[in-house]
Amino acid sequence: MGKPSFVYVIYIASTPEKVWQALIDPNMTEQYWFGFRVAAGGKVGEYMTARDPAGKEVHRDVILESDPPRRLVYAWHPLYDEFKHERPSRVTIELVPLKDQVRLTVEHDDFDEGSIVLEKISNGWPAVLSSLKSFLETGRGLAAPSWSGQDRATAEARV
Amino acid sequence: MIDTAGFKPKTVYVIYIASTLEKVWQALTDHELSQKYFHGSLLEIEPKVGGDFVVRFPDGRVNVKGNVVEWSPPRRLATTWTVEWIPELRELPPCLVSYDIEQSGDCVRLTVTEAYQWDVPEAMLSGGRSGWPAILSSLKSVLETGKPLGIELEPPKEMMEAVQQVVATKPWLKR
Repeated sequence: MGKPSFVYVIYIASTPEKVWQALIDPNMTEQYWFGFRVAAGGKVGEYMTARDPAGKEVHRDVILESDPPRRLVYAWHPLYDEFKHERPSRVTIELVPLKDQVRLTVEHDDFDEGSIVLEKISNGWPAVLSSLKSFLETGRGLAAPSWSGQDRATAEARV
Repeated sequence: MIDTAGFKPKTVYVIYIASTLEKVWQALTDHELSQKYFHGSLLEIEPKVGGDFVVRFPDGRVNVKGNVVEWSPPRRLATTWTVEWIPELRELPPCLVSYDIEQSGDCVRLTVTEAYQWDVPEAMLSGGRSGWPAILSSLKSVLETGKPLGIELEPPKEMMEAVQQVVATKPWLKR
C-alpha cells in the first residue's frame, strides 16, 4: 500500500499562462471556486491565503515552490475547527502545455492515515477543477454542487 | 449474465458538467457524438442488458468490446470492457466500467468507475487513469462549448510493461 494521496487530471482548452493566473488570482478564483478568494501568487516562503464567501480567512499556507506557469506547490492546512488538528498536507499543481490545451494535474499528498481532510479534498478538487475548466472555456464557472453526505454515500454504495 | 459482485473499484474519476442528465446520457451512448470525445473512435451499443457494446476506430477495427450489464437511462450505464486493439489485453478477464450520472446542484456529476475481479497491478491501471481524464475532459467540452479537445495520448509505457508481465503469469487464475 502506498501512502494515502489524491491525484486528479483535467484537460483545459487554454494556455498555461491563463490557467496559472486563474489559480493564483483571488479575483478569478472567486468566479469558479464557489466564491472563495484564493491568493497564491506569492514567492516561496510567502503564503497562499483563502477566504470564504463571507470574507473569513480559511487558509494561510506556506508556498513551497512556485515556477510560473508550470508548477506550484503549497502546504494545505484548513483553519476550520474540524480539521485544525491535522498537520498540513501538500498540494502540487503541474501545468503541461499540449497542442491547443493544457493538462492540469493536482496531486494532493502527505496525509496521515485516516485523514478526514483527504476525504474532503477528494470530493472538492473534482468540483473546483471542473468549474475552473468551465470558467476558462465558457467564461462561467459551475454552480456549487450539492455536498450532502447522503448524496455521497449513495454514490459509494453503488460502486 | 455476468456476476458483478466480485468486481472491486480500482479507478474512480469524477467530473462536473453544466448540462442535464439526459444530455450526458446521450453523449455517453450516441454513435455520432462519441467520435468527438473518444479519441475519434465510435461507440455502438445495443440498448438493453446483455446487449453488445463495441468501440471502433474510424477505420473499423475494434478498439474496445464488451456487453451491457446495466442500462438505466439516464442515471446508470455499466458494461464489461475488454481492450481489443492491444492483442495481449484480449487475454485478460474483462473489467467492468460503470457511469453514474447524478444531479448535483445545478450541474451534473458524472462518475466513471473501473472495477476488476482480480488483483490487477497498479501499473496496469495507468492506462485508464491517463485515458479517462482525456475522454471525459473532452466530453465536458463537447457538452459545454460544442468543441472537443484534440488530445493525443499513447498507452503509458509502464502499462505496456505490466501487460507483458501479467500475460506471462496470469494472476487472475490464482485463488
